[in-house]
Amino acid sequence: MTQLALVIDLNVCVGCHACVTSCKQWNTSGWAGPLADHNPYGAGPTGTFFNRVQTFEVGRFPATETLHFPKSCLHCEEPPCVPVCPTGASYKRPDNGVVLVDYDKCIGCKYCSWSCPYGAREYDELERVMKKCTLCIDRILDLTLPERERKPACVLACPTSARLFGDVHDPDSEVSIAIRERGGYALMPEWGTQPANHYLPRRKARLHIDPDELKRVDNPLRREDLTRYTGEEAVDDVAW
Amino acid sequence: MQEPIPDRAIGRAEVKETTCYMCACRCGIRVHLRDGEVRYIEGNPDHPLNHGVICAKGSSGIMKQYSPARLTQPLRRRPGAERGAADFEPISWDEAFQILTDRLAHLRATDPKQFALFTGRDQMQALTGLFAKQFGTPNYAAHGGFCSVNLAAGLIYTIGGSFWEFGGPDLDRAKLFVMIGTAEDHHSNPLKIAIGKFKRKGGKFISINPIRTGYSAVADEWVPIKPGTDGALLLAIIHEILKLGLYDRDFLIQYTNAAELVIDDPSRDDHGLFQRFELHYEEGCFDPENKLWWDPAIGAVGTHTPGAEPRLLGSYQLEDGTPVKPAFQLLMERVADYTPEWAAGITGIPAATIRRLAHEMGVTARDQQIELPIPWTDCWDNEHATVTGNPVAFHAMRGLAAHSNGFHTIRALGILMTILGTIDRPGGFRHRAPYPRPIPPCPKPPNGPERVQPDTPLDGMPLGWPAKPEDLFVDDAGEPLRIDKAFSWEHPLAVHGLMHNVITNAWRGDPYPLDTLLLFMANMAWNSSMNTVGVRQMLADKDGEGNYKIPFLVVCDTFASETVAFADLVLPDTSYLERHDVLSMLDRPISEYDGPVDSVRIPVLPPKGECRPFQEVLIELGTRLQLPAFVTASGARRYRDYPDFIINYETSPGSGIGFLAGWRGQGGEKFLKGEPNPRQWEMYAQNNCVYHHELPKSYQYMRNWNKGYLHWARAHGLIRYADPIGLNLYSEVLQRFRLAAQGKRPGRQPPARLAQRVATYCDPLPFYYEPLESGLVDTQRYPLNALTQRPMAMYHSWDSQNAWLRQIHGHNVLFVNPQVGIANGFGDGDWIWVESLQGEVRCQCRFSEAVEPGTVWTWNAIGKAAGAWGLAPDADEARRGFLLNHLISEELPATLAGDHLSNSDPVTGQAAWFDVRVRVRKAAPGEPATTQPQFAPQRRVPGQAPPPGRWLAYVAGRLGRR
Amino acid sequence: MHPALSVLFLTTLIGAGQGLFLALYTGQLYALAQLLPAQGSGFYVGGSVLALGLLVLGLVASFFHLGRPERAWRTATKWRTSWLSREVIVLPAVMGLVALYGLAHALELTARPWFTLAGILPVDATLVVGLLGTLATFALYGATAMIYASVRFLPEWHSPLTVANFLLLGLASGFLLAAAYSAWLGNELVTFFGFWAVVATGLGLVTRGASLRRLGRIKPKSSPQTAIGIRHRTLVQIAQGATAGSFNTREFFHGASPATLQWVRRLFLMLVFPLPVLLLVVGHALASRWLPLVAFGVQYLGLLLERWSFFAEARHPQNLYYQGVA
Ligand SMILES: Nc1nc2c(c(=O)[nH]1)N[C@H]1C(S)=C(S)[C@@H](COP(=O)(O)OP(=O)(O)OC[C@H]3O[C@@H](n4cnc5c(=O)[nH]c(N)nc54)[C@H](O)[C@@H]3O)O[C@H]1N2
Ligand SMILES: Nc1nc2c(c(=O)[nH]1)N[C@H]1C(S)=C(S)[C@@H](COP(=O)(O)OP(=O)(O)OC[C@H]3O[C@@H](n4cnc5c(=O)[nH]c(N)nc54)[C@H](O)[C@@H]3O)O[C@H]1N2
Ligand code: SF4
Ligand code: SF4
Ligand code: SF4
Ligand code: SF4
Ligand code: SF4
Ligand SMILES: [Mo]
Repeated sequence: MTQLALVIDLNVCVGCHACVTSCKQWNTSGWAGPLADHNPYGAGPTGTFFNRVQTFEVGRFPATETLHFPKSCLHCEEPPCVPVCPTGASYKRPDNGVVLVDYDKCIGCKYCSWSCPYGAREYDELERVMKKCTLCIDRILDLTLPERERKPACVLACPTSARLFGDVHDPDSEVSIAIRERGGYALMPEWGTQPANHYLPRRKARLHIDPDELKRVDNPLRREDLTRYTGEEAVDDVAW
Repeated sequence: MQEPIPDRAIGRAEVKETTCYMCACRCGIRVHLRDGEVRYIEGNPDHPLNHGVICAKGSSGIMKQYSPARLTQPLRRRPGAERGAADFEPISWDEAFQILTDRLAHLRATDPKQFALFTGRDQMQALTGLFAKQFGTPNYAAHGGFCSVNLAAGLIYTIGGSFWEFGGPDLDRAKLFVMIGTAEDHHSNPLKIAIGKFKRKGGKFISINPIRTGYSAVADEWVPIKPGTDGALLLAIIHEILKLGLYDRDFLIQYTNAAELVIDDPSRDDHGLFQRFELHYEEGCFDPENKLWWDPAIGAVGTHTPGAEPRLLGSYQLEDGTPVKPAFQLLMERVADYTPEWAAGITGIPAATIRRLAHEMGVTARDQQIELPIPWTDCWDNEHATVTGNPVAFHAMRGLAAHSNGFHTIRALGILMTILGTIDRPGGFRHRAPYPRPIPPCPKPPNGPERVQPDTPLDGMPLGWPAKPEDLFVDDAGEPLRIDKAFSWEHPLAVHGLMHNVITNAWRGDPYPLDTLLLFMANMAWNSSMNTVGVRQMLADKDGEGNYKIPFLVVCDTFASETVAFADLVLPDTSYLERHDVLSMLDRPISEYDGPVDSVRIPVLPPKGECRPFQEVLIELGTRLQLPAFVTASGARRYRDYPDFIINYETSPGSGIGFLAGWRGQGGEKFLKGEPNPRQWEMYAQNNCVYHHELPKSYQYMRNWNKGYLHWARAHGLIRYADPIGLNLYSEVLQRFRLAAQGKRPGRQPPARLAQRVATYCDPLPFYYEPLESGLVDTQRYPLNALTQRPMAMYHSWDSQNAWLRQIHGHNVLFVNPQVGIANGFGDGDWIWVESLQGEVRCQCRFSEAVEPGTVWTWNAIGKAAGAWGLAPDADEARRGFLLNHLISEELPATLAGDHLSNSDPVTGQAAWFDVRVRVRKAAPGEPATTQPQFAPQRRVPGQAPPPGRWLAYVAGRLGRR
Repeated sequence: MHPALSVLFLTTLIGAGQGLFLALYTGQLYALAQLLPAQGSGFYVGGSVLALGLLVLGLVASFFHLGRPERAWRTATKWRTSWLSREVIVLPAVMGLVALYGLAHALELTARPWFTLAGILPVDATLVVGLLGTLATFALYGATAMIYASVRFLPEWHSPLTVANFLLLGLASGFLLAAAYSAWLGNELVTFFGFWAVVATGLGLVTRGASLRRLGRIKPKSSPQTAIGIRHRTLVQIAQGATAGSFNTREFFHGASPATLQWVRRLFLMLVFPLPVLLLVVGHALASRWLPLVAFGVQYLGLLLERWSFFAEARHPQNLYYQGVA
């Protein structure tokens, strides 16, 4: 069975929010839209987004790491949000594992959001239904799009290519290889939700310079011999 | 709704290509329209700059296009209404042109310099500059002076190129990348793409920055540094590299002035100049090869004498007894005391770390050398079978630039890159066309009062690159002639002007009053000014007779910014999706390392309301004012419109050089140089709006000395001389100014009060000094440095109108290290006062471990004046957001050198935004949880959309709506 | 969690309504067993109408919780997996049965038994409907409570104690209301109902007390470390990506201070448990018509606070992602 998902490379995510607004613009005018905004030009503007980028600080100065952390629905393999839905509006597609909400069935009870430990669902206060990342189902399945573009909007937008997309059940896919080789991990594994989306951890490149490497025979300073030879006496001149 | 329907099946779908302008990076975009409305903006995968990616701002272009802040009509300040009250009446374009023509024609016929044109983050300086030149006013500049001129000047005067559009780090091949003082950069998407690739390849990425956010977050090593002290760090690194012999000696000898002999006799008037021999050469703006090396076997020899083995160190005597030293020796002496231990005390970085950084740079450069099988020929006709590179790349931005010691810091950086042998080589720094250019580049500013004449275009450009005191734009007393005092002894190398002082100077009438100030795309009544409260008062200030001190203020903007409120005349511009535009080789093109690239914008939507592109406005105005470039000999209109102008304008008749480099010549068969092509726009349109000329591989590297490239560049009009561009480890240009200040040079000399200043700061070698403000304020009293950073998802002031982006950054807080909170008795989230010599602001604080304890910072330009930008007066931006600018003064405290010296770098006039010193204290209990200062709400202007409702649910197109 | 008023009213109102119905039916059974004086049909009709009224009010309140109440019928479809769906099916059933129960009494169907069980127990429509109603009522208590108790991400709720609390506090308020109703009518059943109300309240105190004690000992399963997958002790959120908040900050945070939380907890402990009992006892001693009613009012108010606290004290793991604003 196919399980489509995103793999997010925290090693290169610079927290630019491109994935946030590209998602918003694709989806607000798309199949999953609109994504309403409340008080768009007033106090406390807030709206529905499928994807957010957050920032965390790890450790204390000066050993601080700043971590940018994009988060959207993780398309769990065991999605706790689905069975609790009283209407069947929340469902997981059997063909590709994408978890979706059918707005036409949703009654906006928000119960599913209580059953998502990741805070990945966002209720649309204007449409009064629950919304969430669709994995851009209307892009990835759209055969009228050229193959290169059959990817989520956020993936295409990401300037650092921190977002990989593919089938995590296919061991040879780019995402599976990345998870395997780069220590990809799932969020909150303690809940057994088996998120399909994975995160790739930071890696540190270090240089090691051996003290011996600092001075070498070809050191250019050796070619700047500044001594002046004036012909004065030397040990060499002494003969016992 | 279970099965999605193909998106294109909904409504009438179209896709158009153009170039983004949600920021100055200029990515290629594809705009998807549905029923004529913007449905989706994506990166153009076929564009050389962004390769299909896009950023948060670019993806939010829809909300900029449909923003309620849009201006739609020309406006005139209602008679009797006060400036700043935003009380306007709509007028027709004809009236607007009439008002402008009458006023400007008079000024042009009497005193053209009373008209000043200053532009902000625009990308059409070639056209605005041309207009100013044609008008005959020297009072023209763009944002460079308050932006990053230190980087431009510091590097161009050292290596003949700079970062951003001009060049950058070759991260495809670098092994070590050192990023200094960069949060976002102009070249933001390309830099992000490159950092992503670089990290994936496993290169080591070091970020030197007081704050760890954004790119620095993914750095392998973060080196927190005290603001304004990078000069000390870089000089100490140079010290260590020189001491250990980790420099690229061959590179220094062949390609820089390191081995060239400098006269070393303080008693002589030519002390510190290169010893030159007689050589007949045509006077030009290149460095003639009439200097000397010292070969121990032969003595003094001409540089690049085949077979010569010059010395870099030592001190020698020429046959005529002149004592000389190789420039490198002088550098060695200069950095002798700049030890890592010394720098540790200044920068807060442990000496061991400084040493390690030096070692990592030096050893990586030396031992990981790249060799590419690319043959090339240097200017001395030596054939090279390969191109080699030392894979250490640097990038720096305003963290270096926006300090008053930035010029020398950046010179130090240029020198560090040079001694590592990384200039225009793989894995190091790479130029972008039209760079490299001569050091300094050829154009010179006007250099005396006589250069400004009524009804006459300026001879030359308003801005240029001084090489000697005679190039300064000063009067006989040595006093400034530009309104911003650029190119004066106060700021001799102010190559981008000092926009940040224009309003204050004009208000004070120092050096003279202005009549008309035209601001294009610059929010000078808010985030782009220092001392914002004061500047707003000056804009509205009147003399004893009730006349405004700045008599006429014209603002061309697309949105209801804070500055619009102060205008006498408002010219509503189009949005970037509504106009033609060129990103020209004459300006700052988007060239790649592998060759010149320029691009265009082509409208994808009709202009909103009566909006008119400023390009069209300038051409119309130029025509009405009969400026020679815009009319025929008989005075008739020469260009139908802007697209017509772009096609047909040539820098001089028949030069074949115009605004666009691509598809020139009758049939589009030529590039860079060629006759106008009537179908040029179409050809850009068919090619993703971009022209990319890829150079042959052998022309892609070592361009300062690459004979093939330089001749090619000369043939194609990029440069005027094909002479080698030796790197200026030692800056003779600066020494000329210093000698003048020391009274040792015939000709122009600075006024006495400035002599000491010029002599100090025009040092031919970089040195470290404390930022000027720190030297003038009590740093015990103001112990902290306050900085701003660019948020990646916001562009200056112009994105708060954007309903999506403002949800990401709707207000800002002051980030402080918890130690600062503990020391000052407040906690995370408390409201505090931040106080500088200039003023104080109240804001909320947040504790952060990612900031050096001597620094506090906030996001730039998030705070807004109430009611501006189409926002409700109680918007978060106004109530909880704040500007740090209120704390930064545009002038320094009085000193012997003057009362009103700009708060800028003493060499370049670069605004010293990041020098400001502050202290913090907890707000009193009971103080309201709003920021201070607050401003009376700005009203909506006629033609601005009514206050939008409480809900926005954007769906493009009629059929898309549910 | 953010306590939504609609849900506070829904659960407390139907809890009391269900309890009242159970009280009536219990009373009827006792009377049948001649342990209590028999009541005229008016008593049951009035009581049923009251119970039904509470259930209807609860239902109305619940609609305020739904974004799309017009589609509420759809909720009946997923009873196999969703407790919410089950509640939605059982609630109308309870309402229907309570209505039928009242109707049967109104039609005096007690006088027309269908048959006599074991020769002594005449089984009429009210008895059968009442029995079905009782089963449905217990099912409803279970379903309502399980909506919360089954959310495994909220350990504060995810416990049998939640079911016990919903049941006992519903019963307590229902029996208390029955007592008040009887007292108002000047009916001697007040003692009986009052007794069971006190018993239920007492048991409720035990289970609710236990759940509060449990609250203090819950170790959240998730931590910032597991939330973002970084193993480091110091991990602080600096920005959550939206400076003015989002659905996630509205739905899952109450915004009240710890002091308020503490204060509400103390208040509801007073209002739900000792105070109504005291009022009832005093009312009983004084044979007051009013005091039992006041006792119910006080307890109901307390239950609203109790429910508020129930929500507010539940900390959702998603909150780990929504700690900081900048
Ligand atoms: N998204 C976005 N992109 C932009 C812009 C924008 O507004 N938004 N603006 C554009 C413009 S006009 C410009 S000029 C560029 C600016 O691009 P940057 O220069 O990259 O942007 P700044 O935010 O000014 O970043 C300055 C950085 O220098 C650091 N810094 C400050 N003082 C020092 C110091 O003394 N030493 C060191 N080592 N670091 C220091 C600050 O912490 C900060 O990280 O960005 C351009 N790109
Ligand atoms: N404290 C502090 N202040 C700073 C800086 C800092 O780091 N710290 N950075 C400085 C720097 S580097 C810069 S470059 C300046 C930026 O300064 P500005 O160039 O002034 O940038 P904006 O604030 O964006 O103002 C640009 C104006 O252009 C308008 N505009 C946008 N699009 C268009 C268009 O298509 N046509 C026209 N006609 N107008 C348009 C906007 O509405 C806005 O009013 O800020 C400076 N100010
Ligand atoms: S909000 Fe909608 S999707 Fe979520 S549980 Fe309720 S009906 Fe299902
Ligand atoms: S992340 Fe949340 S919403 Fe998405 S599938 Fe998992 S539980 Fe459901
Ligand atoms: S996959 Fe699509 S819907 Fe999901 S976050 Fe990315 S852009 Fe948004
Ligand atoms: S677009 Fe990419 S780099 Fe930017 S925040 Fe999203 S994941 Fe990170
Ligand atoms: S970086 Fe600038 S030009 Fe490129 S997409 Fe973003 S806003 Fe547009
Ligand atoms: Mo800038």
